[in-house]
Amino acid sequence: MRYAGIDIGSRTIKLAVLENGKLVFSRKSVTSHNPLEIARDLMEGTAFDRITATGYGRHLIKGHLDCPVISEITAFVQGSRFFSDDFESILDIGGQDTKAISLDKGGNLCKFEMNDRCAAGTGRFLEVMAAVLGFTLEEFSAAALSAKKAEKINSMCTVFAESEVVSHISQGADRNEVALGIHKGIISRSAGLLNRVAPAGKIFFAGGVALNNCARTLLENETGRPVFVPPDPQIVGAVGAALNASENT
Amino acid sequence: MADYTEMWKSLGIDIKNHDALLAGLGKAYTDIFLSQKNRPEGMKYFDFVMSEVHGLRIKELIDAKAQGRKVIGSYCVFVPEELVLAVDGVAVGLCAGAELNFEAAEALLPRNTCSLIKSMFGFKLGKLCPYVESCDVIVGENTCDGKKKAYEIFRPLVKDLYVMDLPQTKSETGRLVLKEEYRKFIAKLEKESGKKITVQSLKKAIDIVNAKRKAMIRLSAIRAADPAPISGLDALLINQVFFHDDPVRFTDSVNKLCDELEQRVKDHKGVFPKGTTRIIVSGCPMAVPNWKLPLLIETSNAVIVGEESCVGERGTRWLTEAKGNTVEELLDAITNRYFNVDCAVFTPNPSRVDYVKEMTKKLHADGVIHYSLQFCQPYIIESGPVEKELEKSHIPTLRLETDYSQEDAGQLKTRIEAFNERLKRK
Repeated sequence: MRYAGIDIGSRTIKLAVLENGKLVFSRKSVTSHNPLEIARDLMEGTAFDRITATGYGRHLIKGHLDCPVISEITAFVQGSRFFSDDFESILDIGGQDTKAISLDKGGNLCKFEMNDRCAAGTGRFLEVMAAVLGFTLEEFSAAALSAKKAEKINSMCTVFAESEVVSHISQGADRNEVALGIHKGIISRSAGLLNRVAPAGKIFFAGGVALNNCARTLLENETGRPVFVPPDPQIVGAVGAALNASENT
Repeated sequence: MADYTEMWKSLGIDIKNHDALLAGLGKAYTDIFLSQKNRPEGMKYFDFVMSEVHGLRIKELIDAKAQGRKVIGSYCVFVPEELVLAVDGVAVGLCAGAELNFEAAEALLPRNTCSLIKSMFGFKLGKLCPYVESCDVIVGENTCDGKKKAYEIFRPLVKDLYVMDLPQTKSETGRLVLKEEYRKFIAKLEKESGKKITVQSLKKAIDIVNAKRKAMIRLSAIRAADPAPISGLDALLINQVFFHDDPVRFTDSVNKLCDELEQRVKDHKGVFPKGTTRIIVSGCPMAVPNWKLPLLIETSNAVIVGEESCVGERGTRWLTEAKGNTVEELLDAITNRYFNVDCAVFTPNPSRVDYVKEMTKKLHADGVIHYSLQFCQPYIIESGPVEKELEKSHIPTLRLETDYSQEDAGQLKTRIEAFNERLKRK
């Protein structure tokens, strides 16, 4: 049997397929203005017996594809354990939200916190800031890592932070140091969220922002805790949904 | 519904915007309430009340005024209905549950004010609440800082605002403050109505309000059954109607509904399948038509089995002991009853979390969702310790903070679904 999971995120849609307990296929695409069409494209030509949907757009697909849905939180709890069982908490920084999750000893969902209603300090924030500084996302992370010190960025609001960054640059600040300041801002905010629900133990770091090396290094430094990043941190939710599909009989 | 345009005009209602409000409300009511499956027959009365919420009930108020009775409006469960009834007055809860006319409210209030207060101003400034416009006296109360200061700005907007002070500690001094405030309120009511409160009139009033609360206590107890015989949305609606309906008719209707629900329990019939995840909502009041959170919860594979809220058990669970041979003794009894109310404005406020635990046990709930209105400091600050204490007692708890807008509905739904998934895996 082949089990699929689709994670319709605010920025990226992810599809994962499991067979005999192994990840046999995964694919990603930018969400765009028509997530339903992108989801269809992603699934086209992919064979599976059952599918579960998760993510921001999970209810959207429900009317079009008769499948169970689970929340992102549950999908991340299930999906993360596919990659490792040596961690006590999960931090997911996605396109528009940040989730901090603690697990009980049995690996079940215990407590969780999410950022409030705006996209402050999420992946989208990093994208906008990289563009303001004229970096691609890869350059942005490398530039931040190369900086010796950080310019302090006070605001995590995408709108206010942009003017703050512009004002730093116009005052002659080093672009790399501003980049590091932005990374530090987002990670200290996320670490605060994580510390509220899971103050100790190894962290499973997922979501698009976990691809960013600077974010990963800063998370380790900020929390003083070991951080594990799976091979593709973006597909954790989709894998969790696929595992859920395999459980439903 | 009959044509009430002339009546509304006589009250100074903004007809055009009020028509739009009623149309929106009617649609929301159809979508949220009438679409529910397996509703009890007894809900028909409440459907009728809601369809006439700004119509027939307002006409009743106007008729009462024509007979010389006074209409006394309030925004809080600390205003004793018994005292109003004892001078043959009519007590009504006032509109504060919709995001209406907030632009006008924000011209007078800071943006960082809770939705309930903004809504109270929005309705008044927009001339959209026939209840406010029908009142002879509006009673404010010094609960939180937000309301306390907002009443200062509200005063010039209404005909007669009477503000009562409230204690903030459950001390003997606090009890005396409450009693003296109620004594002053009696004087105000007697002056307005030209009627003296007597032992007889007060006892009769206590009996009427006790009967109303007893019916609500009966309803609460029935909700312990699994499958749940009534949805949380319908139960919340009844708690909301509690504040503005005729008390005797309301009591009869709740008791009739309870007869039906008790039969349902015997027949193992419910509105959701047996074993559905059971939630208690605890926190800020949900004034009509604020149905946002219950709707999200009950469309996420869970049922609400109790409300630890002012629009819920905090307003209904204590009765007044109708013992005493003097007005003074009865005033003591009323004070003692209201002094139990464990609003988060009290410090410390340990009985509240104790009662949430008790409700969880009594109603066989799987978890608690703590609901705070954004910028409601007392409940938001108290929610942290409440959550800690409940989790320590192995009661899973989810804290949510929101307002009357719909913009965070998606985020709330994700949290609620995840919480319900956590409860299911327990």
